[in-house]
This record gives sequence, structure tokens and C-alpha cells, in this order.
Amino acid sequence: MSTTTTQSGSGTPAGNAPSRPGKTGATELVSWKAGIGLSLLAILGTVLFGFMSNSKSAGFGIAEAANEAASSVAALVTFVLALLLSVWFVYLWFTRRRSGLASGSGTVPGWLPASTVAAVVVLGLAALGVAKVSKITLPSAAVGWIASVILLGLAGYTVYRTQAKKTTPRWVGGTFAAVFLIGFMVWIVAGGNGDEPSISLAGLIAGSVTLAVPLVFGSLSGVLCERVGVVNIAIEGQLLLGAFSAAVVATVTHNVYAGLVAAAVAGALVSLVLAVVSIKYLVNQIIVGVVLNVLISGLTSFLFSTLLTADPDGLNKPGRLPPVDIPFLSDIPIIGPILFHQSLVGYLMYIAVIVVYLGLFHTKWGLRVRAVGEHPQAADTVGINVNRTRFWNVLMGGAIAGIGGSFFTLVSVDAFSKDMSGGRGYIALAALIFGRWNPIGAFLAALLFGFADNLQSVITIIGSPVPSQFMAMLPYALTVFAVAGLVGRSRPPAASGIPYVKG
Amino acid sequence: MSESNTPRQANEVESERPETLDDEVVLDVALDTADGAMAPSVIPATSQGGQIPHAASGSVFRQIVTGNAMVSVLSVLLAIVLGGILMAVTNPKVAETAGYFFAQPGDMLTEVFRPYVALVQGSIFNWAAADTAGQLYPITETLTVSTPLILAGLGVALAFRAGLFNIGAQGQIIFGALFGAYVGFTWHLPFLVHLLVVVIAGLVGGAVWGGVVGLLKARTGAHEVIVTIMLNYIANFLLLFLLTTPAFQRKGSTNPISPFLDQSALFPELLGPQFRLHAGFLLAVLATVLVWWLLKRSTLGFEFRAVGANQSAARTAGINVPRAVILVMAIAGALAGLAGIAQVSGTEKYLSGGVAASIGFDAITVALLGRSTPWGTFFAGLLFGAFRAGGVAMQAQTQTPIDIVLVIQSLIVLFIAAPPLVRAIFGLNPRKKTKATGGPGSGTMPSGKIESGAATA
Amino acid sequence: MKLELKGITKRFGSLVANDHIDLVVEPGQVHCLLGENGAGKSTLMNVLYGLYDPSDGEILVDGKPVVFKGPGDAMAAGIGMVHQHFMLIPVFTVAENVALGNESTKAAGFLNLDETRRRISEISEQYGFHVDPDALVEDLPVGVQQRVEIIKALVRDAEVLILDEPTAVLTPQETDELLDIIRQLKAAGKSIVFISHKLREVKEISDIITVIRRGKVVGSADPSASPTELASAMVGRAVSLTLEKKPAQPGDATFKVRDLTVVDHNGQHVVDGLSFDIAKGEVLAIAGVQGNGQTELTEAILGVQPHVTGSIVLDDVELLGKSVKQVLSAGVGFVPEDRKIDGLVGTFSISENMILDLYDKEPFAKGIGMKPALIASHAEKKVEEFDVRTPSIDVAVGTLSGGNQQKVVLARELSRPLRLFIASQPTRGLDVGSIEFVHKRVIAERDNGTPVMIVSTELDEVLELADRIAVLYRGKLVGIVPAGTSRDVLGLMMAGVPEHEAELTAHKTLEGGTHV
Repeated sequence: MSTTTTQSGSGTPAGNAPSRPGKTGATELVSWKAGIGLSLLAILGTVLFGFMSNSKSAGFGIAEAANEAASSVAALVTFVLALLLSVWFVYLWFTRRRSGLASGSGTVPGWLPASTVAAVVVLGLAALGVAKVSKITLPSAAVGWIASVILLGLAGYTVYRTQAKKTTPRWVGGTFAAVFLIGFMVWIVAGGNGDEPSISLAGLIAGSVTLAVPLVFGSLSGVLCERVGVVNIAIEGQLLLGAFSAAVVATVTHNVYAGLVAAAVAGALVSLVLAVVSIKYLVNQIIVGVVLNVLISGLTSFLFSTLLTADPDGLNKPGRLPPVDIPFLSDIPIIGPILFHQSLVGYLMYIAVIVVYLGLFHTKWGLRVRAVGEHPQAADTVGINVNRTRFWNVLMGGAIAGIGGSFFTLVSVDAFSKDMSGGRGYIALAALIFGRWNPIGAFLAALLFGFADNLQSVITIIGSPVPSQFMAMLPYALTVFAVAGLVGRSRPPAASGIPYVKG
Repeated sequence: MSESNTPRQANEVESERPETLDDEVVLDVALDTADGAMAPSVIPATSQGGQIPHAASGSVFRQIVTGNAMVSVLSVLLAIVLGGILMAVTNPKVAETAGYFFAQPGDMLTEVFRPYVALVQGSIFNWAAADTAGQLYPITETLTVSTPLILAGLGVALAFRAGLFNIGAQGQIIFGALFGAYVGFTWHLPFLVHLLVVVIAGLVGGAVWGGVVGLLKARTGAHEVIVTIMLNYIANFLLLFLLTTPAFQRKGSTNPISPFLDQSALFPELLGPQFRLHAGFLLAVLATVLVWWLLKRSTLGFEFRAVGANQSAARTAGINVPRAVILVMAIAGALAGLAGIAQVSGTEKYLSGGVAASIGFDAITVALLGRSTPWGTFFAGLLFGAFRAGGVAMQAQTQTPIDIVLVIQSLIVLFIAAPPLVRAIFGLNPRKKTKATGGPGSGTMPSGKIESGAATA
Repeated sequence: MKLELKGITKRFGSLVANDHIDLVVEPGQVHCLLGENGAGKSTLMNVLYGLYDPSDGEILVDGKPVVFKGPGDAMAAGIGMVHQHFMLIPVFTVAENVALGNESTKAAGFLNLDETRRRISEISEQYGFHVDPDALVEDLPVGVQQRVEIIKALVRDAEVLILDEPTAVLTPQETDELLDIIRQLKAAGKSIVFISHKLREVKEISDIITVIRRGKVVGSADPSASPTELASAMVGRAVSLTLEKKPAQPGDATFKVRDLTVVDHNGQHVVDGLSFDIAKGEVLAIAGVQGNGQTELTEAILGVQPHVTGSIVLDDVELLGKSVKQVLSAGVGFVPEDRKIDGLVGTFSISENMILDLYDKEPFAKGIGMKPALIASHAEKKVEEFDVRTPSIDVAVGTLSGGNQQKVVLARELSRPLRLFIASQPTRGLDVGSIEFVHKRVIAERDNGTPVMIVSTELDEVLELADRIAVLYRGKLVGIVPAGTSRDVLGLMMAGVPEHEAELTAHKTLEGGTHV
């Protein structure tokens, strides 16, 4: 007599990661979830891109350069550089891989595949620029079916690997995402009005980057706080107060830079309350976050309705931070206008991402921060002051989110209005989770969400098969998938949300 | 031996009164909500000297409530004072009258108190009204506005008790309203039957949206805070989308609003047509009683509370934890769904994009203020309902933006969540005294730890 | 370095955890702190390590008084500590864990992990550790993690090393390896404070033994002192190791386990092909070093382990695949290993905890409604019967002492007719009085004719309660031996040596015999 059973009662149904002996790496993807998730998406993709495709073709416009001559020079230089880099990376990848296989240890460093892909993408874009291609047109049905077949194949492969209890290689997920995105874009553009609907790809992406700016700052704030063990639901409040302060201070001082600084201070102020109440008085961090968001929303709306509307010229006319072109780089076709035609806040975003990333993973400070977020007691026993570390990190996070808030009033619109952050703090939270608590991941996730946001407005113009509300839902739906573990596994810092009491 | 705390134990400061050394108490309260509020000085010094805090219900909330009514009152007071200061500072007339304050102090004081006077007039009793009906109108308005707040607040509170942070009342309200309204304007049934069906549809709608959260939590471990926040948005966009479809959009209207619900699907008015108060309020009272019974007297509630306080022990005692998580979220969702019904069948009478207003978020503050007890939530709902109803009148009479209500509301919750903060502000902090005497055996052992832990802050 | 503690007192509220403790640790010495669970050893060490502020008394390093505001100060003074629960960050590599708090940096605060790796290799070579600096800590076996902790201390140039119950989680082999390491450290001139309640290790490794009982130093002893002497000093009275009990009168074997295998989330067979029977009126004790599959075995029977194969039959009914509720309803009484985590809901009242697994059964509930009055009277009755010391049944159970908490668990589990009684570590962390009480209750249940399964890592307890002893090692059954089997044989079996071989070896060692 023998029975096999899987008792459902045993799964710890909670996000209380600390009590769960977690495992990464090898066991990460050997889970039914990845197979099911990809299969569902592949079927969805097949239905949409394949069966629901039409006979039209989709056009993707590529922006024209402001300065033709400078642009072609820049394109050529970029092309050559990207080519060299790509070759170098691929060479490095292969040699590392071979030596890794030979010795059994020493694998390919994590940054290499990513860098290679990036270099190849830049190469491709530069090539378009060199060839002076101004528009790509793709037949919807053909692309749709090809994409569907690839998606189904990848999903099948994943299911097969899962069945065989083997891990699914990482490239599967990446390729799946890329193919899905291409299929989706072609399908959605081809579904637009007109005989040959088209959109400006460069404009779409550039707009996405712009829309992503507050999200990136917000999610970096979240990364800084969560990595040190404090859940920051108050991102929304930090963005909003940042926006408010930037507007008021910039107007009063007639100096947008003063507004920028004020935004950072305002964000830090929200954090100060979060830190004091949650770290000193041990109030649940989620409660404080939620309540702070309500408080800031009420406060700014109240002040807006009383003071700002009474004297808009004296209090709510901050002026703008103009976009700045970076010489030469901004001339690179496609890439230039997307990345190097930004406001000061936009460039600060790049710097912040890089600084936070390097800081967290390659410095003494970052090591301590992560230790405090994972196992505060262990950090305490090696002489790290847990609560002080938390306190300063939360403050820093607030300042960063505050700068993100200034985007609304100094870059996007040049006046404050009620609740103008519009829930982007929550999307930033989503980006942080989707990006797996990693600054680079959060950045990419924020870009994706910015893209979804922008695509939504673009397709309402060209008309599309998908109601815009569904596009708007996308970030939230993706995040639910992410936290449910259907897209890989996300593990928050173990001590996140748990106050630390010494002794 | 485990003198060293695991991070999990670290929350349980208050309980760290080891009788034997190795057995410092691990109260595995999954409900972090209480942790903050349960900071050491929450327990009055008298009860620490050897008397063990009374915990008849075993609920953490009971412990907070006992001896803390004072803190609640002070919190409300403090928030009102701060709100008053904010209004005074931003009111140009106050500045004006302050100019001749010493000549005629009355003018300025009148100006300062005017908004609050209007608030009371708009929420409790309007002595300036011509007839009794007019005088009583404000209090009925308060009850009307409180109805969805109480219902949704109960949903949040119930989930809290099972250790789940239900930020998703907003989405659940929308789903309840969506289901209920659809049944309300497409089906045509006799009076009462129709209403009953609408209410059931609302319960189902909310339960579905809440249950999804429970299901994801139980089956995949997805954190309910994140899931509920995201589902709120999804529900909202779904509502906006549906209101543009022929099934939901009012014929001949270009606005995203639904047809009116059938008369038979509406809550009857309780006091006649000149008042908005409807039978939904009775439903809220009934729901409060039911939730009280559920938590206190039912096996299901016992399961919920056990899961909320210590999941491992609950599992070992044979409680099906995933089932409890799914069920409690479904019931919480259903309660929030009822709030949606109170909106569409009660006050609004049709479905629009703003059906949930900010009730879902206010519900969180209501539950927190009510310390997650059913009756606490009920009265907190009444209080915030009064703020809302009075706020409207205040805005009309004194041009004070209603947003001030949000400020006061959130300040109250913030203060209530951190009793030591309130005590510190009012100089009532017992901790300092015991520290000064430093008496060993004074029974406030953890307080020193808190100090050391938080001294950096 | 010479370390002195003078009159160290630590109070928690009204409880005095350390009462004027004096202690001197000389350089190059292994100083053992011997004491029961709960005697105050770890508190003392946490004071020494700067984690707790002493209420009174002072610490002297080389004759000079020092004040440690935190572990950082203690480390700077040359004190390193290996905690019972390792203070390692699971998702960090060994090098990152070692570097933490003591980082080598390049310009601008960038980490220089190469430097740390170099130091780790240096120390590894010196003491013969085999530790890969780039391995993730969560992937390492417990023994290796402990070495990482030791490396952490040595990298910081610790002169005094405190080891808090270091062998609790180790297998006998790993324990021997650890003792070797300690000898090397001693040879290198380090002082070791070795905290334990296990007489064998203490006698084997120490130069001097200080015995602590109820927060006080009750004397010091020479390692040559007899085990009985040490034991009685530790528990404070002549220990009667024998419980008065009648010989077992086993009936039919009603509980049968066959080929039971439990696979954990890593695919490891943590319980591997176990088969055994328990008869009515008999106590089967499961002996073994902690972490050899005992927890998983009991959890598999209860029904909370996910991947279980084989068969578990009670009274001809298959339990495997049943829910916890069904298993409990089949008449299984279960005292979990950790009462605070699995046995009780700390914030619930005593009366609620008394019905934690009976809340939906008659007479406490009818349908979905509960009967508060009946629940209260039941609790009153049980509190009296089991002598739970409490002011009221409405008190939150978490505020009770460990012994009283355990009584609540026992009272609950024994309050219904049982077909099988399982108790895991039933006396862990209890005082002697409570231990006796618990043991008597267990034997009483046996004499009622219930099959009883006791899981214990304490050999004393096993020998006291068992009618038969099953020894587990790495999830496998090493053998089932009768109650009278000698400690030496059992000890060897717990290290995985098969029964007959263990008996042969034990005879040999007995001639040299310092084993307890």
C-alpha cells in the first residue's frame, strides 16, 4: 500500500519570506509556474497576432535628424563603435564560456550577455541610421504567425524542460519577451485606422523614456528603502510633495534649480516622517506609507485650493527645465533623440540609476545596506548600526523620489495641479518589484511601463484593436503576474517590512 | 536557548517579559499592524508590574484598546488642532483679523473656528435651519455617508484580523458596484426581490475580486499588499472600459455612465424623500453585528484570528491555512462589495467611473482608527462619515477646501498608530519616568531596548 | 589577552538572568560555561559581546575596565562570537559575509573583495578549513557555515572566541572536527569560551569549567570531575535519572510506518525509507542528532510535509494524504517541537489555546457557532488538572513561562481520547520540575494503552522514557534497540554506525572510557 501525496496545506501562503528557506539559482525556474505562464502568453499571442491579424502592414517611422550631416557622421561613428564592441563582447562571451565549460567553474559574468545584447541593439539601430532608413514596413499576418510559432516553440521548450526537471535557460525568457513585444507592436499598429497605419517608433520610444522619468526615480527610492528593510509605499506621496515643492519654490525664487533642490528636500521630508514613525515608533511601515499618501494628497490639494489658486502667478508658475542636447551624442539617429535630448532631470535619472546600482552592489556602503535589509541582526553583530543605516537610506530614497516629483512641475507641465502624480508612485512600486529590487531591473521595468503608458496614448490616436484601458492596465497586470511568480521568481529582501529592535 | 532574537521576534517587544530565560515569548503575530501600536509603553505601567495584561478575547486589538482610549481621544484632538492651525494659516481673513487681534480678539477667533463650526453644523446638527427636518438633515447625511465607509472598513478590518493587509477595498467596491448595478438595471424584478438579488450580486462581485487576492496569496505566496494595489487599478480601468460598452453605457449618453437602476433595486429611504438616508445604513449595522459574531463566536472567525496571529500553530492545529486566507479575503471583498451596493443602490443610483470615490482608501483609515474591531470600525466610520458630510457643508459655507478632511483623517490615524508619539507630544510618556528612576524590576524592560534601537532616529 | 567579568548582572524586568557573575578567561585557555538550557549562559555572552547592556558589573580586558556599547566595540577589543543561530546572510557569498562590517575598500568606498578572499584563503590554509570564498552561504552545509563564522572572527583578529552552543546543530563527526579546530585555535594562543550543556564535549575540550545555574555561578570544576558531579552541579541536585515507571505492557502494534520517504524542496531525501511499528502501551523514542529527519518525520505523520511517499497506518487507516484535521480527528495527539511557533498562538488566551485544535468539535462548537461558556469551563478544568500557573484563563498564553506553556499544549493534546501520541522535544527549555511533570504525563498516557512516539535529541530523555529506541541518521533508520542500550552504543548509532558495529566499538572505547 503506497500513496503519494502533495499536501496543499504546507505551502507557506505568505510573503513572509524570512521564515521561508528560499533558494535561488538552480531551483529558480524548475517550477510549474514558468511553463504555465509562458504557455498562456504564447496562446494569447497566437490568438492575437496570428488569428486576429489582418492583411494590412504596420509601418514604423524612424525620426529624421535635425542636422543631416552631423547625423550621418554620428551614425557612422556609432556604427563602428557598436560593431567593435559587439564583436569584442561576443568573443569574450565565447572564450569565457569555453573556459568555464572546461574547468567546470568560472562562468560567464552576469553583465556580459546583457551588454552583448545592448551592443547588438545599438549596432542595429546605428545601421538603420547609416542606411538612412526612414520607415520600416512589416506585413502584419506574416510577422504575427512567425512570432506565434516562435512563442509556442519557446513555451513548449520550457514545459519540456520543466517536465524533465531541468532549469530553463535564461535566454528563453528574454527571447520570449522580445518576440512577444515585436508581435504585439506589429499587430496593434496594423490594427489601426487607414490602409497602411504607421507610428513613429523613435517618437514612441522617446516619449516612453520621458514618461518613465518619475517612475524611475520613484522605483529607485523604493529600491533604496526596501533594500535596507523598509517598505516604502509612500513613493506616491514623495513624488507629489516633490512636485508641489518644486513648483512653489521655483516660482517664489524664480529659479528652477532651487525648485529641484526643494523637491529633493520635500521628498526627504516625507521620508523623515516614514522613518521616524516606522523606525523609532515601530509603526507598521505599510500603514505609515498608506497614511502618508493620503496626508500628502490632502495637504497639497488643500494648499493648492487655498493658496495656489488664489495667487497662481506668485506661487504656481515655476518655469521649465528645458531639454538639453548633448553634443554629438544627440546627433546619433534614433538613439540620440531618445536618450540624449533630455531635461536636467532626465540626465539626473541616468546618473541616479548608475550611482545607486554601483553603490548597492560594489561599495562598502551597499554591502552594509543589503546586509541590513536581509538580516539586520547579523549586521548588528558585526557592529553596523541597523536603524541609523535604515534611517539615512530612507531619507536618501525620499530625496530621490522628490527629484522625480519635480519632473511633473518643472519638465512635464509648468504648474502644479491636484493629485498630479496620478498614482505613478504605485506604478513605481510595481516597477521596483517587476525589476526584482535591482536598480537596473527597476529602470528597465519603469521604461516598459512608460512605454505602455505612451503606447496607450499613441494608439488612441491611430485607433487600435485594444481599448486603451487595457493598455493602461498592463503595468498592473504584469506586476500581479510577477508577484505571483509566473514570470520567474522574485524575492524581496528578507527583512523588508520588519522593524528591528535590538536585543 | 534563544536569547537572541530572530527578526520575527523583534516585533514582539511588549511580550518580551521572559519568565524563564530561554522562554522569552514569541508571539507570532502576523499582523504587523498591531506591532507598531503594541510598542512597550502601550501597556500602562501598572499592568507591567506583574499583573498580566488582560486579554480576554486574546485579540491583540483588545490589548491596545484597553488603556488607550485616552490616546485615541488625544489623537483626534491633536489632529483637529493641527488641521485648525493649517486652515487658520492659509485663511487670509484670519491674517486680516489678527491685525487687530488685541482690539477685537473675537473677530479672529470666530474666523479661526468658523470652518469647524460649519463642519459640526454640516454633520451633526444645524441649529440655524428653519425646521426640525433641516436641523436634523446633517446627522442623517453623516449616516448616509458613513454607510459605505463602515462596510468597506469592515472588509479591511476583517482581513487585518487574519493578518492580511487589504488595500484592495477600492477594487472590491468597484466590482461589487459593477455586478450589483448590472443586475440592477438589466434585470427587472419585483421590489425587495430585486434589491436582494442586487445585494447578492454585489457580495459576489466583491468576493470574486477579494478572493482572487486570497487565491494568489495562498497558492503562490504573492504579497497581498502589492496584489491589492494592482487589482485596484485593474478594476478601475475595467470599469472605465465597461462604461464605454453598450452593455453598460446609458443609451444616448456620451458620458461613461450607466442607466439608472430600477426603482425596485434601490434601498428604500428611511426617513422619506427629503433625506438621503437609506436602508443601506441598516445593512451596515447588520454587517457590523455579523462581523462581530463571525470573529468572536464562530469557528470560522477563530480560524481567521489564529491564522492572523500564528500561521504555523494554526496549521499544526489542523486549520487549513490557504482555505482561511482565501475565505477571509472573499468575505472581506464581499463586505467591500456591499459598500459598492450602498453607493449604486443607495446614494448614486447609477454606475459611474467615480462610484468608489476614495472610499476604498478611506476604509483603510477607518479600519485603522477602529483598531480592526467591528464596533471600533463602525464608530470610526461614523466619525469619518461626519467629517465627509460636514466637509461638504464647510466647503460650501466657508470656502475651506474639503481636502482638509483628508489631512485630519490621516493625521488621526498616524497618531493613533504611534501612541508613544502622542504621549511624547502631550508629555505623558511613562517611559521617561521609569527611565529616570531606572528601577530594576520596574517592569519596563523592553523600553530601554526601544530607546537604544531607536535612539538614532 | 586576559578577559575578566566582574559581578555581571543582567535583569529583564523582574527577572534576573545573570546574578553577579564573575569569570576569568586566561589566554590560550578553553573555558567552558556549563549550564542547563535557560541558565543564563547566552545572556552572559551577549552582555560580553555588547549586545546587551549589563545592569551591573564590569568587563575587564587585560585588567582594564571596558564598556562595550555594541558588538563593534567588543570586536575592536578582540572578542569574536559564533552565535548559536549563525549570523550569516544567506544570499551573500562567504567573502561578502566575512567582509561585512570589516570591509577592505578601494578608492571611493568601492569594495575590494579580492583582499577579503586572500584573507579567507590564508586563514583556511592555516587551520585547514575548506571554504570557497565565492560560495553562497545558503548553499553551504551547517558545519561549513560555522567555519565561516569562525573565519569572520579570525579575520577581525579575535583573541577571545565565544562559541555559543556550537554543537547543537552538528553531527558527531562535525562535532569532532570542530573540537579539533578549537584545539588548533588554542594552540595558536587564542582563548575560547565554549558554551554547552553537553557533558561529553565539555569534558573533552575544556581546561576549566564554570557551572552556571539560574543565572549564578555555582562553582567551577576540573574537566576530570565525574559526569555525575558535573550534572548535579548543573541541575542543582542529585539527578535521579530514572523515572519511576512500570514496565511497559505492549499490546498490538496499531501504528505502522512503511517505507516513509520525505523529499524536501531541494530534492533531498530528508526522511529515507523509514519503517517501524509502535504498539499500544509502548513508548518508542526517536533518537538522533538534531536535523537528521526527526522534524520531517513527525510533520509527515501530521500531514504538513508536501512530498511524502510510503504509508502511515493507524488502526488500519491510511493517514498519508489526509489533511491535518483528518489526522488529528483520527486520534493523533501532537506536541510540536517548537511550542511557541507551532504549538500555541501567543496572543490567544489560555482558554482559546486549550481548544486550538478542537474549536470546531462538539461540545465547543455547534455548527459554525462556538460555545464560550463551555470553552471557559473546559479551560478552568484543564488548568487545574495540569497545574498551569496562571492568574486567569483569559491571560495571553505568550505571557506564561515555558513550562506552563508546555503544560497548556499537553493539556490540550491529552484532553481527548488518543489513538497515538506524538511529542517532539517535549521538555526542551523546561526547568527540572516541569520536565518531571511532562515525563509523568507521557508515561501515564502510555499506561492508558496509547502508542507513544517521543522525539528527542537529549539522550537522557530518550533513555528515561523509551521502551524501545529508534535511532535516525540522515533520515535513515540506523536501528531499533531496546531501552537498556548503553549510551555509548546509542551515541555511535547517532553518528550512523550500525547497531552491531556500534556495540563492538563501544566495548573498545569503554576501556579507555571517559564517555559520559
